[in-house]
Amino acid sequence: MVDFGGWDMPINYGSQIEEHHAVRQKAGVFDVSHMTVVEVTGSGARDYLRHLLANDVDRVAPGRALYSGMLNDRGGVIDDLIVYKRDNDYRLVVNCATRETDLAWMEQHAGGFAVDIRERADLAMLAIQGPEARDITAGLLDGARAEAVQTLKVFGFAEDGEWMIARTGYTGEDGVEIMLPGADAVALWNQLLAAGVAPTGLGARDTLRLEAGMNLYGNDMDDSITPWEANMGWTLVLNDRDFIGRQPLLNQQENGHAELVGLVLEGKGVLRAHQKVLMPNGEEGEITSGTFSPTLGKSIALARLPAGATGKVDVEIRNKRQPAQVVKAPFVRNGQAVYKAI
Amino acid sequence: MSEIPAELRYASSHEWAKNDDGTVTVGITAHAQDAMGDLVYVELPEVGQVVAAGDEAGVVESVKAASDIYAPVSGEIVAINEALEDEPELVNNVPYEGGWLFKIAMSEESDLDNLLTADQYQAQIESE
Repeated sequence: MVDFGGWDMPINYGSQIEEHHAVRQKAGVFDVSHMTVVEVTGSGARDYLRHLLANDVDRVAPGRALYSGMLNDRGGVIDDLIVYKRDNDYRLVVNCATRETDLAWMEQHAGGFAVDIRERADLAMLAIQGPEARDITAGLLDGARAEAVQTLKVFGFAEDGEWMIARTGYTGEDGVEIMLPGADAVALWNQLLAAGVAPTGLGARDTLRLEAGMNLYGNDMDDSITPWEANMGWTLVLNDRDFIGRQPLLNQQENGHAELVGLVLEGKGVLRAHQKVLMPNGEEGEITSGTFSPTLGKSIALARLPAGATGKVDVEIRNKRQPAQVVKAPFVRNGQAVYKAI
Repeated sequence: MSEIPAELRYASSHEWAKNDDGTVTVGITAHAQDAMGDLVYVELPEVGQVVAAGDEAGVVESVKAASDIYAPVSGEIVAINEALEDEPELVNNVPYEGGWLFKIAMSEESDLDNLLTADQYQAQIESE
């Protein structure tokens, strides 16, 4: 068990690699109740979020979720989050480690908007992920909840009472994330385990998200890194809307910037965060997240490299240079290797 | 409770040492492999390398982190466990048998006296 932002959380329940394979091959469940849930309501909610977030909530219809960065005045990422768009208001799920900063920033910028910002610390959250995750979960539920699990489209969500069921995740597999009252979460957790779903800890959560090419806040980006530099350019909507951090992003788009790319190790060892990357032209970069990929049987990483990095690079591991290939992430989707050398 | 064979000696850095007529086989303890989690890579010394007790002599990496391995006694490396290149999980599954790391032709037999007995090692991990 480790202390994770004030929560006692297991790195693994048994073997981390077996938990990883369970999610890729069948189904695993993560207790992600540490994630911070925030409701944004009021007649000014839409305008407020269009100012606060670098992605545009107008991009999606009610009943859909949207991934976005929340940026500071310099375009640095204060946090990455998911917005669930309802008919008249919004729910946000932000990272636990950045909870206080996020809430303070959100309050600070709420002036002038008719919004109410309220944390929902009463809700728990379970992520059930894997090729059989939806079938097994639906089999344990009734009525509208079972139907939602079976029929939701990717990034769609539905609500039934205090339950919010979303077809989202952080693993690169199919599955759902369910926000629900704490007492219900314990019952569902026990039912899932009885149905053969593997309890899965933070360790496998990290190897799964890295194989899926998904960023981890604090590793792959922070408030000194812009979305352009963190492979989050696809989340930016640079229309004429004046959101926080927009101008620095426009400047950087014009002037160029470092990039977050994938690496696959061809030499010996394991890629880890903060190892130095040496490019053939003498330029340098740094690994932001690295691990051994249980699915690929190789070491993989995300690395911030100078613009246009391709081909072979060297990584300095314990004072020795080890060759690696620059690739386009993700590494794994739906159980299969999908990365391509660039 | 992790297995701690009575006939072995232990370093406080969690290596075990088994002396057979001056050739000392070295591995990491069941407790150490359990704390590290699934091993995915093992870097071993080279045969012929001369080490002093306490020197770094290798690295084991789990999915979580890398940990240095220290030579528990001084001498020359005379064998390494090449099976670990393809099957590092042997260290997890059979830490005191097929998961051994390397063998040292001991140059100072008295080094063994500086290592912990099974009871002493047990006491150390209970106090951690």
